Amino acid sequence: MTAVVALIVLLPFAAAVAGLLATRLGTRTERMAYRRAAWFAIAPGAASAALTVWLAVALAHGTGVSEGRFWSELLPGRVEGTLTVVETGSVPISLTLRADGLSVLAGILVVVVALAVQVYSVGYMRDEPRYPSYSAFVSLFTSAMLLVVYAGDLIVLYVGWEIMGLCSYLLIGHWWEDRANSRAAVKAFLVTRLGDVGFLFGIFVLGAAAGGFRIDDVLRADIPRGTLVAATLLLLAGVAGKSAQVPLQTWLPDAMAGPTPISALIHAATMVAAGIFVVARLYPAFLAAPPTLDVLGVVAAVGMLGAALAALAQDDLKRVLAYSTISQLAYMAAALAAGSDRAAMFHLVSHGAFKALLFLCAGLVIHHVGSNLISHMGGLRTALPVTFWTMTIGFAALAGLPPASGFFSKDAVISAIEHGTGPAQPFVYASALLTVGVTGAYAARAWLRTFFGPARIEPLPEPPPGVAHVFDGREAPPSMLWPAGVLAVPALLLGLAGPAAGVEVEWGPAAVSLAVALLGAGIVYALWRAAPEQDPARLLGPFRAPCERAFHVDAVYAALVVRPVLRLARGVVRADARVVDGAVRGSGRATLGLSGLVRLAQNGNAQLYVTGLLAGLVLIAVAAVVLT
Amino acid sequence: MHVVYPVVVSALLFSIGVYGVLARRNAILVLMSVELMLNAVNLNLVAFDVWLRDRLHGGQVLTLFVIVIAAAEVGLGLAIVLAVFRTRRTVDVDRLRALAEVVRAPDPGRPDGEGAS
Amino acid sequence: MTSQAPGLWPPSGPEVVFLLLGAVAVGTALLVVTTRQLVHAALWLVVCFGALAGGYLVLTAEFVAWVQVLIYVGAVVVLLLFGIMLTRAPIGPSAGLDSGNRWAAALVAVATAAVLVTVVVTGFRTAYAPLHPGQGAAEPLGASVFRIWVLPFEALSVLLLAALIGAIVLSRTDIRGRE
Repeated sequence: MTAVVALIVLLPFAAAVAGLLATRLGTRTERMAYRRAAWFAIAPGAASAALTVWLAVALAHGTGVSEGRFWSELLPGRVEGTLTVVETGSVPISLTLRADGLSVLAGILVVVVALAVQVYSVGYMRDEPRYPSYSAFVSLFTSAMLLVVYAGDLIVLYVGWEIMGLCSYLLIGHWWEDRANSRAAVKAFLVTRLGDVGFLFGIFVLGAAAGGFRIDDVLRADIPRGTLVAATLLLLAGVAGKSAQVPLQTWLPDAMAGPTPISALIHAATMVAAGIFVVARLYPAFLAAPPTLDVLGVVAAVGMLGAALAALAQDDLKRVLAYSTISQLAYMAAALAAGSDRAAMFHLVSHGAFKALLFLCAGLVIHHVGSNLISHMGGLRTALPVTFWTMTIGFAALAGLPPASGFFSKDAVISAIEHGTGPAQPFVYASALLTVGVTGAYAARAWLRTFFGPARIEPLPEPPPGVAHVFDGREAPPSMLWPAGVLAVPALLLGLAGPAAGVEVEWGPAAVSLAVALLGAGIVYALWRAAPEQDPARLLGPFRAPCERAFHVDAVYAALVVRPVLRLARGVVRADARVVDGAVRGSGRATLGLSGLVRLAQNGNAQLYVTGLLAGLVLIAVAAVVLT
Repeated sequence: MHVVYPVVVSALLFSIGVYGVLARRNAILVLMSVELMLNAVNLNLVAFDVWLRDRLHGGQVLTLFVIVIAAAEVGLGLAIVLAVFRTRRTVDVDRLRALAEVVRAPDPGRPDGEGAS
Repeated sequence: MTSQAPGLWPPSGPEVVFLLLGAVAVGTALLVVTTRQLVHAALWLVVCFGALAGGYLVLTAEFVAWVQVLIYVGAVVVLLLFGIMLTRAPIGPSAGLDSGNRWAAALVAVATAAVLVTVVVTGFRTAYAPLHPGQGAAEPLGASVFRIWVLPFEALSVLLLAALIGAIVLSRTDIRGRE
């Protein structure tokens, strides 16, 4: 069984290696390389997905150790295998893989979305010369994410965690010819790195306190509460970085500079959810540290409402979805903070499905229109019927309208928050309800502005890189439509599996949140009906500009962090050039100057030499006479 | 005869020779100064020979040898001075600066061709 | 040797003579290194060497004295005069006989003199050498040279030969060095 788990992880990795090294081996044309890269990308992904399903079935019938976690009834099985234990001299690192209900739940999400995205990319990146490296990086990312999911040891998990960050960087900067894209990639890399420092130290604290990095050992170890709070707070920094939570959320909207499938896979469905997953994985440790959960709750409450408001004001469709991702991730964080990892994971999976779907549909729309901006879209309902219906499902799930999956999962989250404890609970609950309304509003706005109203298609004469392809007025190829259609199924129906997974709908809070969501959507609809030409975002009034700029967090960070750091860096460079190099050059120059002085004596006049010689001789004689 | 008298005279002669060697510009004058120094040494040798009553007369014999060598040295030295004079048209020792580096700030007071070879 | 040494003052007769001759030698030597006329320098050198020869006589080294007169006064100074002539040195006073190194040279020379005089006076204040005429006559010296010092003597003759050849080679313009 462990071999199967290892195979699930290693297949995409092998695909990445093959994709990087072997696509152009012996191929004569770009076309052949492209086709071979597509095979390399899809076949192992499909195999991995099949194995994951098989593993899920096996675990469902397995009789493992019941740990009292939420998945124990559904998937009681459990597999764990250690390849080797690396002795480090102090705390050993075990190369351990484990698969249990949580892993399989996240693993299925990863492989399905990854497979869908790979298939979708075949069409989306059709004319892309760097497609082989692109698909290889997606495979590498899949492998890394699966490693995180199936890691049985915190260090192994961290390895996958960092490789994900690297792939994210590489793929955001896929169209690096545009300066803005490479800047966005660097920004994403640096911001997540900032969180990862805390994450790594959190791992160290946990490992040192537990005497080992194996997750089971860590969770079973008797760690003092203070240590646990410190460790979980440090881990929280990494989670905030990876899952784009306040205060490290700023990288995610900029990360939309990458290709849209990447946004779907990495920056919506999987990698950003890894932070939530890690908290769920180590949930007993977090539960034992209530201050950390309070912090998480406040962070989530601020993040969900702020991001939703920002999403309401954005004009770029992908940025709308990006901010909505931050907001939805904050929901999961809030559920975790309220004490329900079940609700968080439920929302994680359903969100992964419907957000990936939304991004893929957004890619279809952008593919068609040739622009990212909502103000360039409109009236696409007739031109893109398939896209319209799938995206409608996605938006319904996002807004939490029944019977889409989002309704059930969001209801689970909100009722979890309602039942939550802790000093911040009222605040979080209020924020969550408000956000439901705002979510309905921005989902309705994006939906209406994209598919209804007058057509505003203005194909750009020369599409800039990273945005669009040739406008042809038709719907996208089937390889792009199929993944969206397939993802629409879980986005629509996954919620119905909720009761099977032990999530019962609480109809009271559900009705309240549905009413709030409909209220938000209704306001936007009313505004839109009044003036279809105008952006319903005007309802924000004077707050529209700050919302559009995400409350100027970027500017504040630029003033508080970026510019001082840059100034410091310039200072360091100057100090290096002037002081360090200056000392080196100065010593050289001083030596030259001094030797120049000495050289004055070496003027070729032999008499001068003899004078010096005799003077020295006399001095020595005097010294000899005086000193003896 | 107190030994200190010839020895002091010898020391003074030697110092005068040193001054001559260091201060004189003309090579022939430098040679003369060298002769003064040699003579100072000779005087020393003779004085100590007399004082020590050397049965082998080492001091005086050595004086003779030094005189002979001095004669040879003057002969050779003058030949060298003449050779230098033939090639450089000068016997001023402070203008013979071929020992110095070739690359040098131009010295307007120096005849061309000096030190550049 | 220092057993019945008389005091330094008053000096005995030979000592007075020697001191006078020494004063002449030192004085003329000073003139040699300070005069502004090349030829005068050579001539003052003759006087200096002569005075030294007198000093050798007083010290009972008569053979050395005659050799001094013969070789130094007779040969060396003549050679030097030839040199002066052949290098077309100006006859009469000339300004540029001292180099710019002069003051450093004076300093070093004075320091040398001070050190040497201090050392020899400290070392030989009480040394006394009784004079026995005939000690440095030609006969004992010749016997010594040809009995005991004959090997250095022969070596010296070879050296003289070499110097002779060298001087000839250096002075003849038609013998070129190997390029």
